[in-house]
Amino acid sequence: MKRLEKKHPLAIRWFHWVNFPVLSVMIWSGMLIYWANDVYRIGFGSVTLFKFFPEWFYSALNFSHRLADGMAWHFFFMWFFAVNGLLYVLYTAISGEWRELLPNRHSLREAIQVTLYDLHLSKVHPPPRKFNGAQQIAYTSIIVMGVGSLLTGLAIYKPVQFAWLTSLLGGYEWARFIHFWLTMGYVAFFFVHVAQVIKAGWNNFRAMVTGYEIVSVKEAPPQEVGQ
Amino acid sequence: MSEHTDDQKPAAAESDAGDSARDSDRNVEREMRRLSRRSFLWGGAAAALGAGSLGWLATRRADDGIPWPLRRSLEINEQLARDYFRNRRMALTFPRELAKDPRANGDIGLEDKLDAASWRLTVQGLAESDERNSDDDLELTLDQIKALPRVEMVTELKCIEGWSTVVHWAGARFADFINAYEPTTQSGKSPDPQKRPEDLVRYVSLETEDGSYYVGLEMESALHSQTLLCYEMNGAPLTAEHGAPLRLVIPVKYGIKNIKRIGTIRFTDRRPADYWAERGYDWYAGH
Repeated sequence: MKRLEKKHPLAIRWFHWVNFPVLSVMIWSGMLIYWANDVYRIGFGSVTLFKFFPEWFYSALNFSHRLADGMAWHFFFMWFFAVNGLLYVLYTAISGEWRELLPNRHSLREAIQVTLYDLHLSKVHPPPRKFNGAQQIAYTSIIVMGVGSLLTGLAIYKPVQFAWLTSLLGGYEWARFIHFWLTMGYVAFFFVHVAQVIKAGWNNFRAMVTGYEIVSVKEAPPQEVGQ
Repeated sequence: MSEHTDDQKPAAAESDAGDSARDSDRNVEREMRRLSRRSFLWGGAAAALGAGSLGWLATRRADDGIPWPLRRSLEINEQLARDYFRNRRMALTFPRELAKDPRANGDIGLEDKLDAASWRLTVQGLAESDERNSDDDLELTLDQIKALPRVEMVTELKCIEGWSTVVHWAGARFADFINAYEPTTQSGKSPDPQKRPEDLVRYVSLETEDGSYYVGLEMESALHSQTLLCYEMNGAPLTAEHGAPLRLVIPVKYGIKNIKRIGTIRFTDRRPADYWAERGYDWYAGH
């Protein structure tokens, strides 16, 4: 027996899907800015394992010599990123959705279990809840990262007017460094997120668009469903 | 995305418990298809609107190198930043040991060989009441700038490209320069930079000797106590590539505003042209 079950509220679906293009524009314009001083790498001492970014990468994506462009787009879309994120946090706080989203004391153990299961190292199925421990940690971390991007961004955007913040973040150069790595974090999140969504299947993805999921139940459906 | 709200129940929810399980499943599937159709149409429309807006934005007529809506947005950001700006907020300062020579990035306006002996600073837009202001522009020697109180500071030079260098500067406060050589006012009354700085004309324009590089500043930033007319860097007179004999050091702005080899300073009520602002950058470029 199947029934429809409400999964994601309308507001959260909108925040999610608005964030996707807005964050994409922020990352793209951020790359145009980063190009002008592309100093970060993975390496130690004189050994560089990976340089962010190789020339072919810039030329393939047309990221070179566009600093002014990058700044103009970045400082326009930052408002949409900030406001959308703020509304999301307010909504989850007021609606009570935070109860499903915030990690609790079981989340970490559960997250390890989920990871092992997904990597086919364990056969213990994660609990069939709206958000398992791994999701709670991931979806809360991404918000914390968003706050981090806004704060480090502000620290490098107005380092004199917000000198206290810039100092708190370890200075201008550290703030820029953190700002960059948070962005790399979003990119990593994106790939894992998309892989998980593909793995979870169409019914799960559709719920992020329609709000509803089809669930199988053993007994006859109760009168009140869809709440 | 669905326009359903939480209190609306899909029709399938009302299916009678007496229906056969297969009918019920079919109803659920049908209802899901209906919801999906609506939601994906909404989603598609929203995506098309979003993509259209981005395309529209990217193709607008250029205003000094960037689409005009982005130029307007920079100007709005500028207004907000200027409202929040306070002259008492200081750029971070550092111990002298951390000072290094910055990259000599900009060379526009530095091409001609400098003749230090014949160099003069031309000052325009001085108050009528200023007796030194004859029909001709005021011309100052480097010694006259050096006669102003000497200030040293160790601040970070932040290039708009994203790098920064801690540098030890020495020079005269721009605010002291303004006290000594008073700009005209908006009201037409005689200027009082200390008591009524808000009455001074709103902008300062600075140009290299040859006029090929030029920056505009709003008066608030020019009056900031860390804004210097600088003649020494890291304990030695400025070298040619760093802007000898006199450059601006303004930690409340990006490096692009820290103009080298100043030839002319002009006080004006009209927003001055700015070399990089004409090439797609933010006119304000303020920190």
